Amino acid sequence: MTNKNTAVTKPINKLSQLLKASELDTRMLAMVGILITVWLGLNLATDGIFLTARNLYNLSVQSSVVGIMATGMVLVIVARHIDLSVGSIVGFTGMMIAWMQVELFPVTAAWNWPFTIVIGLLLGVVIGALQGYWIAYKAIPAFVVTLGGLLIYRGAAFMVTDGRTVAPMNTDYQLLGGGINGSIGATWSLILGIIAICCVALLMYRSHKNRINHGFPAKPMAIQIALFIISATLILGFVWVMNSYNKPRSDIARGIPIPVLILIVTVIAMTMLTKLTRFGRYVFAIGGNPEAAELSGIDVKKVTMLIFALMGLLCGIAAVITTARLNAGVNSMGLMIELSVIAAAVIGGTSLNGGSGSITGAILGAVIMQSLENGMVLLGAGSAERQIIIGLVLIAAVWFDTLYKAKQR
Amino acid sequence: MSVTPLIEMKNIHKRFGGVHAVEDVSISLYPGEVVGILGHNGAGKSCLMKMLAGAMELDSGEILVNGENVTIKNPRDSRDLGIETIYQSLALADNLNAPANLFLGRELMTSMGTLDDSRMEVATRKVMHRLNPNFSNITDPVRSMSGGQRQVVAIGRAIYFDAKILVMDEPTAALGPSETAMVTDLTKQLKSEGIGIFLISHDMHDVFELCDRVMVMKNGRNVGAFKIDEVTPDDILSLIIIGKLPEDWQPRNQV
Repeated sequence: MTNKNTAVTKPINKLSQLLKASELDTRMLAMVGILITVWLGLNLATDGIFLTARNLYNLSVQSSVVGIMATGMVLVIVARHIDLSVGSIVGFTGMMIAWMQVELFPVTAAWNWPFTIVIGLLLGVVIGALQGYWIAYKAIPAFVVTLGGLLIYRGAAFMVTDGRTVAPMNTDYQLLGGGINGSIGATWSLILGIIAICCVALLMYRSHKNRINHGFPAKPMAIQIALFIISATLILGFVWVMNSYNKPRSDIARGIPIPVLILIVTVIAMTMLTKLTRFGRYVFAIGGNPEAAELSGIDVKKVTMLIFALMGLLCGIAAVITTARLNAGVNSMGLMIELSVIAAAVIGGTSLNGGSGSITGAILGAVIMQSLENGMVLLGAGSAERQIIIGLVLIAAVWFDTLYKAKQR
Repeated sequence: MSVTPLIEMKNIHKRFGGVHAVEDVSISLYPGEVVGILGHNGAGKSCLMKMLAGAMELDSGEILVNGENVTIKNPRDSRDLGIETIYQSLALADNLNAPANLFLGRELMTSMGTLDDSRMEVATRKVMHRLNPNFSNITDPVRSMSGGQRQVVAIGRAIYFDAKILVMDEPTAALGPSETAMVTDLTKQLKSEGIGIFLISHDMHDVFELCDRVMVMKNGRNVGAFKIDEVTPDDILSLIIIGKLPEDWQPRNQV
């Protein structure tokens, strides 16, 4: 309203201005574009199977394990490190949880599954912190320490039961995997969706008020409303899809799967950690310029160790979902998943040079990766073809990152 | 003069293996004074200043701040004593914006214990405006700024946190002429506010324009400390290169 002359400028200018005013990341938008293209392409190739409620439900469950781990990998890579051991940590902590739950303690006891989860998560933290200690305080490159970890914890996973599969898990515990009963039903899904929309509205209002209070230019009202409508539509759309998939031989809607809820909570927590805490700020500072971070009085070593401990915790969470979903402990759990996790972070815009990356991007990356995997399975591709495609996608993502940076300069 | 020096470094030693990086150097700094530290690359001047900034620990010797004996083990200790350091390498995190860099390691927090980015942005705007009214792109990553603007962010730290002592390690080495002039003006302004400044510089013009006293180092030793009006640029060059003054030297202001 206030500046009518901008409305007459060329449409391209207007679009770029609009993008700038909305403060949306162009790279993120490109990623959303890629995701939509992949989805539509796979839907066409699979004669409409890909975009069914059933497949999207499965896709969301499949994405949650990689997504949860990718949020941690973002911080690892932002701080100029890498963690190749995450898949093996999932294998080892998963086997430990399964073994304790099924063979060490009475499997039906009510305290069993929460207790074994806590121990599993602690184990993940300890393993991560230990690796972080070697990397931070003994200055061994993360590549080497975690490559060692890749072998060590895969071997350890085998040793827990000498390679035996442990099953079945506690029945309550199985719900965490998002199986037949592992979702929260239609009503709760809808309630959660509405709460989420209220939260979005509240956050947008608070940020708007905050900007005005501090005398910063506020985002144009039209853009704010548009952003709100888009978010609300996405949330309701997600709930609608999840509620459209029924339990077998019934008309009871499944609703949002529990692993996806765990993913959402993880994403919110990790986003808050990166945006609102000193720790998050320091991770990015270290990635931008480790020397400057040190000279600014940041305890770079401690922060580095904490990053790996956090990565270990997230591996523990992923191990819980994996064992619950498989309803068993299998020593090959998490095999090669490190590549999907790293690919998800990189596709999601995390630069391998360190210093930049986002949690939301990594989730988008994880969904893109899993969509490709899922779509290829629907198309009847074997694991050999899938590996080749994933490998190519990883290289293409890094190439894209290089191009994007060259253009920015 | 009965004023207590802001800084007194006494008989500082620093060894790396068999090499004396700094050998028995003593120097003081008074309020409102700029002391130049000169010498070849590797003469030990940056090393001496790093011990003050907490980036390096000294082997032996004493540091007194406002007459009190202190131990500086890390950059945090140094900052807590009111010492700010501005590095030649523009020690900023390129991927973060100006407020994040200005407050790095000393963030303002909300009552909820989260980063208070708005308050940091407001404070940064204030400081930056005082230093350079043309400073506008404050929320962009500092990567996109010119060398001069980045150096202003570094100097902004010193001002916001009310530093009493400033160490500037070749603050203009990476800057163009107009930006150098800007930093020089800022230095004068800070000096007039009673801040004590150690200036490491290769630029003779800067040294004679800004410094009240100079110390020349060679091979880790102090080879001469003078009031600025006692020496000429040629005298200083002679000290830097051969470590001594011409045979017939007398204080120039007494000739």
